[in-house]
Amino acid sequence: MTIPDRTPLGESLGRLTLLLLAAVLGLLVALPVIGLAFRVTPARVLAQLATPAVQEALWLSVKTSLAATVVAVLLGLPMAHLLATRDFRGKRALEVLMDLPMVIPPTVAGFALLMAFGRVGLLGGALSGFGITLPFTTAGVVLAQVFMAVPFLVGAARAGFQALDPRYLDAAATLRAGEMHTLWRVRLPLALPSIVAGIGMCWARALGEFGATITFAGNMAGTTRTVPLDVYLLLNENLDAAATLSLLLIVMATVLLAAMRQAGLGLFAPPRAPRLAPLPGR
Amino acid sequence: MLRASLHYQVGEFHLDLDFAADPGRTLVLVGESGSGKSTVLRLLAGLMRPGAGRIEVDGEVWCDSAAGTWVPPAERAVGYVSQDYALFPHLTVAENVGFGLRAAGRPRGEVLARTAAMLERFGLADFAERRPFQLSGGQQQRVALARALVLEPGLLLLDEPLAALDVSTRDVVRAELKRLLSGLDCITVFVTHAPMEALLFGDPIAVLEGGRLVQVGDRLTLLREPRSRYIATLLGLNLLPGRVVGRGVGEEIHLETPRGEVTVLQQVVGDDLFVVVRPDQVMLSVERPVGSARNVFAGVVEEILPEPPYGERVRVVLGPAPAFVAEISAAAATALDLGPAKSVFASFKATSISAYA
Repeated sequence: MTIPDRTPLGESLGRLTLLLLAAVLGLLVALPVIGLAFRVTPARVLAQLATPAVQEALWLSVKTSLAATVVAVLLGLPMAHLLATRDFRGKRALEVLMDLPMVIPPTVAGFALLMAFGRVGLLGGALSGFGITLPFTTAGVVLAQVFMAVPFLVGAARAGFQALDPRYLDAAATLRAGEMHTLWRVRLPLALPSIVAGIGMCWARALGEFGATITFAGNMAGTTRTVPLDVYLLLNENLDAAATLSLLLIVMATVLLAAMRQAGLGLFAPPRAPRLAPLPGR
Repeated sequence: MLRASLHYQVGEFHLDLDFAADPGRTLVLVGESGSGKSTVLRLLAGLMRPGAGRIEVDGEVWCDSAAGTWVPPAERAVGYVSQDYALFPHLTVAENVGFGLRAAGRPRGEVLARTAAMLERFGLADFAERRPFQLSGGQQQRVALARALVLEPGLLLLDEPLAALDVSTRDVVRAELKRLLSGLDCITVFVTHAPMEALLFGDPIAVLEGGRLVQVGDRLTLLREPRSRYIATLLGLNLLPGRVVGRGVGEEIHLETPRGEVTVLQQVVGDDLFVVVRPDQVMLSVERPVGSARNVFAGVVEEILPEPPYGERVRVVLGPAPAFVAEISAAAATALDLGPAKSVFASFKATSISAYA
């Protein structure tokens, strides 16, 4: 039996269903986090944090994820600008390429990185000629993180560049601003909320990177064993430590995401940059 | 001196016009939305490329499709103020005004000095450190003008500069703007959809209709001999284009118009004329009139609008298109039992209308 959604009963049933489904998803995400939090007491967390192995992994994670974020911003913003402002042949292909790391399994990404930059990879020989080795090094960890996290930065920054009201660009163009001046003084500042949010997502993604890292950079304490790798290892040895590190990762990622979002949103507030009225027809 | 010849097409819309404008004067382009006004400004600014055309300002060619000349907007001595002013929200008033000088690579000292002078001149010195959203609409407009004028453009383009203001401030800002523009020595092109603004600012006024200029002239010419329904409707006049089909004895001219044949008693040269009929010279009757009223149109009442101030007179709009308006007393309308869809005859004397080429 179906109840038409035009009746008051159908309307309320519909709304109830929507709420219930949303609640199910909320719980689905929240429960594992809560379960983790219940696994350890604050005292045990503190005790675990004091151990050198945990500190080592933590420091490595912070270091590499920060470096990866910096690299991602340096390489990602020009790409985002290009995709947002230019039309060219092969643009669709480039867009798909830029999204690819988000959808391929991280272990596959790691393997692919080996095939490119590994000893037997496409560029491996050339790189070792310069004395550069990437696989199984800290630099390799950063590369894996950049590979996996940069799409988030490119996507957000590009959306920010594209959402810019074209009338600001018209104003800049008639005020003697060339493309670079417009980029620095108009595009970047106005897209900053999106860019900062993208940096947050990118950083959080780099911090949580596991599959590509372990495949491409291996799992060596102090060099390539970041927190996510350590968690996996500790699952078999020390559940308390694993839970502590997991919780820590979750907290860091949450704080990062929330702070960046807030910073992004707050850039022009209060009040928000006024939206211009809709464009007239002609 | 601005000389422009612009041809631009997008879909079914054709823009096709030639015009010139002099320094120290304000050319107003007036037309309904969709007539292509803003497109003209964007073409002049270089924000859009004409399909074909030529733009020359003070002897400099900015665009010449035949010669392949194209000067990008950033290299044109142009000031462009868009409808919403588009002030940069992340910059202060002073930074907005100094933007163009910085972009042009002027030395820092010069940027600061010229910005300060501009802020002073526009009465904005107290707001230098404010952000645009902290300003009133009129102040925002002044910032936008200062930002454009600090670069001393040869051509200033204003796109509906009063449209973004609310009604209560518009009167004051309009007067301010009028004063300001009359003190400028650059060429100003001002676009508006409001005929009253055109009459106030325009010297000369160019009427744009469907991408074409239908009339260019000073405000008196426009008022006396309108050539566009847009202006005629504003003035409350009936305007009919007519083609001469015969000339009778004396000054009698017979014209074919979209509403029917019209006889005029006037000495006019030319074959394509405009006929203006004042609505208060039109009489309405239910039966076809006979006698001295020489011109008769049949029509159907579309609507009856009371005329200000007291509604003692009414404007009767007759269909079918193009609409023809008669202004009669409310009492007469009642006596004729006028109402929508009623068939009537409109008549007016040959001597009560004016025709011009």
